[in-house]
Amino acid sequence: MADSFMAQWVYTDTVKDHFINPRNLWKEGEEFSPDGVGEVGSLACGDQMRVGIKVKDGKISDLRWLTYGCASAIASTSMMSEMAIGMSLEDAYHLTPAMITDALGGLPEHKFHCSVLGDKALRAAIDDYLEKNGMPNPYKGTTAKIICECKGVTDQMIEELVKNGKVNNFEELQAETGCSTACGKCRDRILEELNEALHIYGK
Amino acid sequence: MDRRYVYLDNNGTTRMADEVIAFMHENDSLYGNASSMHTLGRQAAAGIEWARKEVADLIEASADEIYFTSGASESNNSVLNIFRDRIDSGDKRNRIVISSVEHPATIETAKYLTKKGYIIDYCPVDHIGRIKLDELKRLVGENTALVSIMTGNNESGTIQPVKEAAEIAHKAGAFFHTDATQAIGKIPVSVKDIDADYLSLSGHKFYGPKGIGVLYAKKGVPLSPFVHGGHQEKGMRAGTYNNQAIFGIGKAAELARINLKDEHDRLWAMREALRKGIEERIPDVIVNGSNDESLCLPGTLNISFPSAEGESILLYLDLEGIEVSTGSACATGSLEPSYVLLAAGLDVELAHGSIRFSFGRYNTMDDVAYVLDRLPPIIEKVRAMSTRRI
Repeated sequence: MADSFMAQWVYTDTVKDHFINPRNLWKEGEEFSPDGVGEVGSLACGDQMRVGIKVKDGKISDLRWLTYGCASAIASTSMMSEMAIGMSLEDAYHLTPAMITDALGGLPEHKFHCSVLGDKALRAAIDDYLEKNGMPNPYKGTTAKIICECKGVTDQMIEELVKNGKVNNFEELQAETGCSTACGKCRDRILEELNEALHIYGK
Repeated sequence: MDRRYVYLDNNGTTRMADEVIAFMHENDSLYGNASSMHTLGRQAAAGIEWARKEVADLIEASADEIYFTSGASESNNSVLNIFRDRIDSGDKRNRIVISSVEHPATIETAKYLTKKGYIIDYCPVDHIGRIKLDELKRLVGENTALVSIMTGNNESGTIQPVKEAAEIAHKAGAFFHTDATQAIGKIPVSVKDIDADYLSLSGHKFYGPKGIGVLYAKKGVPLSPFVHGGHQEKGMRAGTYNNQAIFGIGKAAELARINLKDEHDRLWAMREALRKGIEERIPDVIVNGSNDESLCLPGTLNISFPSAEGESILLYLDLEGIEVSTGSACATGSLEPSYVLLAAGLDVELAHGSIRFSFGRYNTMDDVAYVLDRLPPIIEKVRAMSTRRI
């Protein structure tokens, strides 16, 4: 091949490194009994992640993961695992996609949802841990963002409704929550959240 | 096995043949504007007419039925836009039938024509991606203006029954177009045999240059300018001739005609060696399309690896020097995996996990051996990471 032009790799070098050498992978046959497990994503969207955590003294002492997905999904989960180990449950619960993406040196815009899945799976694992141990969950709801101010509809409400199969389109969401029926200014953002949730949880 | 560079994305585009590059260089002094009356202009024009004849011979057309374009996307757009103009002039035929697996250049232009009053009917395909002729018969009627069915599919490699489709179109008084872009140079394509009214092809898919293609239009069929503003191509396609590219596609057409049989057999042998090798070495794989030589473009092998996602496989292969393509949504930037594979009834997970290997004239059996050496551990690695691991 001619070498007049140097090609950049598709993603950043950090993404490449995590893609080639994924950290904390849940190896087959490995002795790892998780205290909590979370799984998000669907095959329809082409990304699915499972996260298992060990908890000690209110901190994530160890973590293993599996991902069905593209290079940025693999790298996102791998990076998330490095960041989460050693974190308090509260900090881990508030790990955001932007923090993971930043640590990876950025992801293309259309790949952003890959990093969204990593932190969602982690939260699901923490929820699972607290529930299994009969502990109160002080974090649930604390990460919600209000999307429709008039009707107080949050991103998590949308996510839950889609996850439970109660909402499959905008009309159903509107009927269920009344979102975008007052000033209507949030419509685009509601659609964005809804499409993202449908993409992750839809059939 | 030593690392090597293996290009297996020949359905995406091909390397220009050495003979084509040499020929273009030999004639690089022919820069004259082919519309000029002076000697250099007339020499350029002679070269262009030679190339036109070569392309015509390749598809058994006559030279005056060949219109040079920038490629098959322009050719596909142009055919449909001819019909856009016809509805404007009051043609009562307001339906266009295309298959559900056409190239986006056809599908998107057809969708655009719905704004002009056309109704688009999509002919479904069976499990190997071949159009259902009984469905086509049902869809084509007295209001059908045009039927457009590709000769062979870029993703699955499936060859369409275009001769039968043309007959169905003609019986109803409709015109027939075939996008032969992927088939040229791989299987015999004859506009006479198919009885096509229009045919699209592109130079870079058969070892010619990029940015040059052809629309064949049978004598007497409706035509309207693809590009306005000049007398070139009988007033149909304005713009100064791209001499070197046209010389290049002419040479590529000549090579394709001479080498067709050998090329077909060589490509099929490599495709089959890879398929059998993969099936022997990797558990649980699914071949998309057909393994019947008469139904599949010889160099195309499309395989799904359950539990493994296509973009990851593609990028791990790329790190080993092997270049392929995938039907996974992740690699397209859209959220949907390959519509071609979904149309054939493939499960979404399998579409996400599909890899297309497409061979060309510069591949050898050593390439096959190298892929068979590097692919199995990659699939194993991706599957071991997967939530879907078996």
